[in-house]
Amino acid sequence: MEAYRPPTERTRFAVAGARANVAAVLGSQPRGDVIRNNVFAGLLGLAVLIALAGLAALLAQAVVEGAPALGTNLITEPPSTIDTANAGFRPALIGSLMMIAFVIVLIVPLGVGAAIYLEEYADNTRWWNRLIELNIQNLAAVPSIIYGILGLGFIVRGPLDLGFILLAGAITLALLVLPVVIIASREAIRAVPPSIREGSLALGATRWQTTRRQVLPAAIPGVATGVILAVSRAIGETAPLLLVGATVFVTFDPTPLGANGYSALPVQIFQYATRPQEEFQTMAAAGIVLMLVVLLAMNSGAIWLRNRYEQKW
Amino acid sequence: MTQEHPSIAIAAQARGHHAPPMSREKVFEIEDLSVHYGDKPAVKNIGMDILHKNITALIGPSGCGKSTLIRCLNRMNDLIPSARVDGRLLYHGEDLYGPNVDPIQVRKLIGMVFQKPNPFPKSIYDNIAFGPRIVGMAGDMDEIVEGALRRAAIWDEVKDRLNDNAFGMSGGQQQRLCIARCIAVEPDVILMDEPCSALDPISTGKIEDLMTELKEDYSIVIVTHNMQQAARVSDMTAFLIVELTADERERWGEIVEYDETEKIFTNPSDQRTEDYVTGKVG
Repeated sequence: MEAYRPPTERTRFAVAGARANVAAVLGSQPRGDVIRNNVFAGLLGLAVLIALAGLAALLAQAVVEGAPALGTNLITEPPSTIDTANAGFRPALIGSLMMIAFVIVLIVPLGVGAAIYLEEYADNTRWWNRLIELNIQNLAAVPSIIYGILGLGFIVRGPLDLGFILLAGAITLALLVLPVVIIASREAIRAVPPSIREGSLALGATRWQTTRRQVLPAAIPGVATGVILAVSRAIGETAPLLLVGATVFVTFDPTPLGANGYSALPVQIFQYATRPQEEFQTMAAAGIVLMLVVLLAMNSGAIWLRNRYEQKW
Repeated sequence: MTQEHPSIAIAAQARGHHAPPMSREKVFEIEDLSVHYGDKPAVKNIGMDILHKNITALIGPSGCGKSTLIRCLNRMNDLIPSARVDGRLLYHGEDLYGPNVDPIQVRKLIGMVFQKPNPFPKSIYDNIAFGPRIVGMAGDMDEIVEGALRRAAIWDEVKDRLNDNAFGMSGGQQQRLCIARCIAVEPDVILMDEPCSALDPISTGKIEDLMTELKEDYSIVIVTHNMQQAARVSDMTAFLIVELTADERERWGEIVEYDETEKIFTNPSDQRTEDYVTGKVG
């Protein structure tokens, strides 16, 4: 061991120099980097702002214009062309909620079933399975009016021949959003790590037991979120419903199989909006607010479900 | 072949205290086994007898097919569509790949523990109970669960939180839970594919102690990258190596030497084994 020697002048000088240099390096970022950084962040912020501004404008417009008509009568009263002060959306709201219920009943087993087949059973080296996959992605992008024509030709008339009833509308909407549910469910199923399946199969579980007891329970939050988002889309669709019977001005509560006609929120809003008189424009705006509230409630439900049950791997 | 043996990686006293293999009863008889993925070979010319109620270690460099070989033993390779198994693999004298053999039944008898702990996203209790439920085991489920956790030496750590999610356990506890889950269905053989590679030394030690206890009742086959681990716990060791064709287009694993662990680590008969266990290569 050498004895301690105090640092010489030269050493002190060298250390001080090195320190000063470090401070210089840490303190100076190239000017170009600073500008690029801020410009890019600014552009991203602008994109968010424009998206939000559109939504805010729509909401503000609807609330301001519909303000005179906002009240409990919106959900308790049927529409009217005579007493517009007390008119509401009761049959349309009931129609929409009923359709949502039927849509859920239809898309959950079909969508999840198809997703399970494609993820767990289909051998995706086979061309037909890849073809199915491609077509499902294409179907998700088909304009909704096409589904309206399909519904008219195959469900209202044609093979099913149900007539212009609420159930026909629900089936049409279910077909429309089915691809979305399949795609979302596949994502959720794929997010379950393969090691879970291996662990289960290594215990002597069959493929079905593994899917039923391990994969599906772990995928439920994702599936539920996908279903709710799909239903949110269905509830806002007008075009296909116009073709399958929801065009009438309904003043009574609809029934699933009633042949007297049915309505849905967006269709009712459309009805009001096509009339030139001031009071109907107000009703249309109030209807938009009502629909946004329903949509917001459903999407909040989706977010709550996802946060509550999300599995961290 | 050298007569004197250079410094062996592990001192004799650290090597555990395994007597020569206790049982000579064969649980697996493997003859001329080869596995291909598509048209690429993974292992070739495998021949070895695995003894009952012993710990058999498979060691060798990366890519030598240790995992492929162990996954043949409970037909987990069936899950890979392109995998093809040729040759003979007898389990207590029965052809494991025979036409009347159901892989699901095979896996009920031959359990497996994986490299990364893979508990189910459920409670500790349900993790253990899942196997017995699907197998349809008779008896009180609480007793089955407790028994499995006790035999996996983890009961005292988890008995007060059986309903907690298994993901809240440490990595070492999760792996012992996976061993308990495997034991719960009362298999005959436990396959372990690098069970300690994701664990710290203390957790590794606990699992090694557990393996030594479990071999009273089960045959254990373990793949390990850790030669000291093979030397500490196993009774028999197989050393695999990667073989290449001259143009290096194809590579596959073959067994170089298979013998009592003591012999492999102190007096191997093949120079390549000696180079590997003494750390000259690999």
